[in-house]
Amino acid sequence: MSNRRTFIQHSAAAAGALAFPSIGGAQPAAVKVGVLHPVTGALAFSGQQCREGAMLAIDDINKAGGIKAMGGARIEPLLGDAQSQPAAGAAEIEKMNEAGVAAVLGAYASAICLATTQVAAKYGLPHVVDVGVADQIVQRGLKNTFRFGPGYGVCAQIAVINLHVLNKAAGNPAKTVMIIHEESLFGTGTANLLARELPGYGFEVREIVKHANPTRDFNNIVLRMKALQPDIVIPANYYNEYALLVRTMRQQKVTPKAIYSVLGGAASSFKFVKEFPDSAEGIIDCNHWFNPKDARALALRKRVEAKGLFFTYEIFNTYTAMMFLADAIGRARSADRAAITAALAGSSFSDHFMPYGPTKMLDGQNTGAQPLMTQVQRGDIKVIVPREYRQVEPQFPMKA
Amino acid sequence: MYSFDILFPSLLNGLTTGAVYALVALGLTLIYGVLHIINFAHGAALMLAMYGVYLLRSRLGWDPYLSLPVMVAAMFAFGYALQRLIINRASHGKDENILLVTLGLAIVMENLALLTFSADTRSIDTAYTLSTVAIGPAMIALPKLIAFGGALAVAAVLLWVVRGTQLGRAIRAVAQEKQGAKLMGIDVEHAYAMSYGIGLACLGAAASFLLPAYYVNPQVGSGFVLVAFTIVVLGGMGSFSGALIGGFLIGVVESIGGLFLGDSLGQVGIYLIFIAVLLFRPRGLFGDRG
Repeated sequence: MSNRRTFIQHSAAAAGALAFPSIGGAQPAAVKVGVLHPVTGALAFSGQQCREGAMLAIDDINKAGGIKAMGGARIEPLLGDAQSQPAAGAAEIEKMNEAGVAAVLGAYASAICLATTQVAAKYGLPHVVDVGVADQIVQRGLKNTFRFGPGYGVCAQIAVINLHVLNKAAGNPAKTVMIIHEESLFGTGTANLLARELPGYGFEVREIVKHANPTRDFNNIVLRMKALQPDIVIPANYYNEYALLVRTMRQQKVTPKAIYSVLGGAASSFKFVKEFPDSAEGIIDCNHWFNPKDARALALRKRVEAKGLFFTYEIFNTYTAMMFLADAIGRARSADRAAITAALAGSSFSDHFMPYGPTKMLDGQNTGAQPLMTQVQRGDIKVIVPREYRQVEPQFPMKA
Repeated sequence: MYSFDILFPSLLNGLTTGAVYALVALGLTLIYGVLHIINFAHGAALMLAMYGVYLLRSRLGWDPYLSLPVMVAAMFAFGYALQRLIINRASHGKDENILLVTLGLAIVMENLALLTFSADTRSIDTAYTLSTVAIGPAMIALPKLIAFGGALAVAAVLLWVVRGTQLGRAIRAVAQEKQGAKLMGIDVEHAYAMSYGIGLACLGAAASFLLPAYYVNPQVGSGFVLVAFTIVVLGGMGSFSGALIGGFLIGVVESIGGLFLGDSLGQVGIYLIFIAVLLFRPRGLFGDRG
């Protein structure tokens, strides 16, 4: 009798251990997270950089023992490709939802993020936006959408105020501006905001030029620049077009008092500085940037460069956005979507190397997020504004 | 209204850009003229040629212009083999199959490039990348000026091959009447493969002229092939002089349109011409077929 009872007890324990492995001391179930970026198509370079950033973060989290509040649960990425198109991004969210992901991180471009956040909202799926700077992304009342970095409204405002300050300190040599932007939501939105803000600080916007992606030739735009002779040229576009524009300006010997890029540009691209050091010198950017005094950022840069990659904003933005999401999953202590959403909304995440301070979300936007002003000086990128992160004194106007 | 100092450089810029478009279009129109198919793999092949130039520069330190003969030969061999071994075999003699095979090849080539080179944009820096030549009030980039001359030279060679050689006569005979050419003892399969090879060889030249001032990534070809297709329709499907003049015309329209309407809207001119040609002169400016 006692033998039979022991047998039944042991069998029940074994069955229980199989059904609920965590009780038996095995690994807790992994938390599935959708990692969605445009890794093919026109935005493939940026998309692959973003994916690299997310994977580095997931690797770091898992190596450090996973989500500790969930018994060391590992993060399991489910990779998706938005193919540089909003519709493809939306379709990937449908698939990720079917696959049962707890949350999604993505999807780089503003236009894609608008689509993916909306589909994710339908399923109550928390969506952390890694880059997507268009403010509409977090202004549509979607409860599932959270952006860790700054939007283009804040970036444009900071860019214009700092341009005013730099200009004033130099004795107001610059009075006129020409804005050159790419035609999608990011470029158009940024240009409109800049055009609205600049006159308030005494700058005359001579012209706003929109260009397609890809644009094969910038000679026309530079010829218009020659005709208008603006003091400041503000580009807001993606890397390929930016590089062609700046090189064409050099060819045509157009030397404004400053090339002042907003959300892109040479002074936030180690790639551009390495490939075109002469063209890059003196350029000022207002863009996503890390705290240059934080050792963790410098260590990550070394790791990224050791892999033969450039430490671009796509990498460190997505890396920190993934850390922000993992922190929220830990606070939620579960893979439940509603719990993670609540944890993201109430996040005070501060263990990061971005110049944002502790996280404070308001309607899905991290209110402390800000861009930094950087300048290419002596072949390197240095922070010039704000003062607390400053590495070198700004040079304005640019040396001819 | 812009002054002459702005309009003249814009016009020259359009002509030099148009020369490269014409080079891409020349290959496309030759392939169409003989094989009667739109080569959807044209953009992807241009991209491969550009990677070839890039690799010769970055690995062996070759100047892009020195690598031109190598790239022309390599692209010719690649095109010949591709047509003979894959396109011809997979199409079973049906035009619609060839169309799909070239489309499939484009997808494979682009994804292989993505796998091999990643999506990273690559460019090369030469001593003359930023050099310019003053022509009146215009500052024309030296690589663009060389591309202009190069495109004219390549077009002249191509015209000579097609009009003045035994091979050209065979190609023209196959283009006009496949069965008749076969009965006259012409190796039709060889003529097809030669045409495809020469079409891709033009891309080898285009890549060498493009890269000193442009960039390469796995998607780079698609932007050019759409314009080249417009040029082929504008000039007349299968017409060499049409492709050359069409290239210059499209280059100038894009440039002047961009100057007056802004770069984004300026490209509308290209497509307006495209629609107008289809409506009023469907055989193109120099086409001999309706």
